[in-house]
Amino acid sequence: MKVEDVPQDGKFLVDSVARDVCYAVDEQGNYQAVVSKGWDVKADALQIVLDDVIEQCEPIRQRVLRHEVSPLAYHMEKNLMDIDMLADNSGISKRKVKKHMEYDEFQKLDRETLENYAYTLRITVDELVTVPEK
Amino acid sequence: MELDFIHKPAGHCENGVTANMMRFYGFDLPEPLIFGIAYGMFFSHIPFIKLAGLPVSSFRTFPGALFGRATKALGFKSTTERFLIEENAMKKLDEKLAEGIPVGCVVGMYYLPYMPIEYRFPFNGHNICIVGRDEAAGTYTVSDPNCIEKVTISRKDLQKVRFTKGGTYPLFGQMYWINKVPKQLPDLKPIVLKSIQKNCWFMTSEPSVIPFFGCNGIDYLASRIPTWKETLGERKAALNLAQIIRMLEEIGTGGAGFRFMYGAYLQLAAQITGENQFKEFSERITAIGDDWRTFASDAASIFKRRKDACTYDHVAAQIAAIGKQERAFYNDLVKVAKAVK
Repeated sequence: MKVEDVPQDGKFLVDSVARDVCYAVDEQGNYQAVVSKGWDVKADALQIVLDDVIEQCEPIRQRVLRHEVSPLAYHMEKNLMDIDMLADNSGISKRKVKKHMEYDEFQKLDRETLENYAYTLRITVDELVTVPEK
Repeated sequence: MELDFIHKPAGHCENGVTANMMRFYGFDLPEPLIFGIAYGMFFSHIPFIKLAGLPVSSFRTFPGALFGRATKALGFKSTTERFLIEENAMKKLDEKLAEGIPVGCVVGMYYLPYMPIEYRFPFNGHNICIVGRDEAAGTYTVSDPNCIEKVTISRKDLQKVRFTKGGTYPLFGQMYWINKVPKQLPDLKPIVLKSIQKNCWFMTSEPSVIPFFGCNGIDYLASRIPTWKETLGERKAALNLAQIIRMLEEIGTGGAGFRFMYGAYLQLAAQITGENQFKEFSERITAIGDDWRTFASDAASIFKRRKDACTYDHVAAQIAAIGKQERAFYNDLVKVAKAVK
């Protein structure tokens, strides 16, 4: 790869302090380190995985609206966790986490537990207790 | 309290932490030199180890190995510690910082607050360096090689990222630091030659019955791609392919990027050893890196479902060709490295 070919397709990285560093060859044929804002091919690969997650979440969202499962089940899937990881990272027992997947049980949770789940999933409590309209 | 630590972003996290740390102690070595000396190039495709339900491919050696190999080869003494109790891990970090020692930490990506939200994946194997602490504010200063500048992280978040559960690799608050530096660097020539031989060995020595590693792994991946559509269905096949590209190009894993980094290393190797043939090998691995990138953009045409999309057979053939070239590359390179007097 030549220095002038290092992609600068900003997408996910633009608003953050994160950048890629690429090694590329200059006109004299010597390698240089070049800071890059990202590459579309890469962003596309990430996007398709993220889109797929949203797709997988849609049936769960429908079930939350029918009060069959709790919003926690939706946000767990959406934020790429499973029951084991959610339990381990929140310190709440697996048995309890499973129970909190039920809609009615979830409604009884106190503020502290909700905050714990929200922190564990890196969302706000307001986001945690609802699911998106569509 | 913040150490007088110059932060430079890097192509790969562990090289970057190692290079930044060595610079702190007055040894300014370029990242590719560290990557090369630690014989960091590798390939593995292990279909039954999964990350978020998709098979893991890796283009570099195991987390933690680079720092250990590079420091040892260059005459530094370093220590690595793991912890079972989170509070102890934080205490030890505070102690080392108070002594004026920058500390490398292996962390999970999921809870890193300064990363873009899209990068929030349960990937446990990222490396950062802690270079300061503000006790009053309860924050730490972090030199993360994936960032353009130093960042801060709260004590709570730092403890969380050091002990993130689940994901690829169990974290035990692993931390490492340099505790003795050499008076001067050893003669690099024999180290460079040995590292090249070792890297070639790692890429080509695996017996063919173990298909997952080195050049075998590349061939194996090429043989599996054409079967994906039939065995997994269109959706899962596209996801698998996207996963390869993410592993190939994403922050912290590199892929084609590592081939280019190795190209940079071979240019340095030519200077250090006076063996000009390494320059030609640098050009060869650069061309292989370019092929990996062509593969990536062709693969993207498949999972983006573009009209002029390539086929799975086409990209599989590309990888098979790359595998052949890489094998020939290492086989030829090792001969030259052994012949240098």
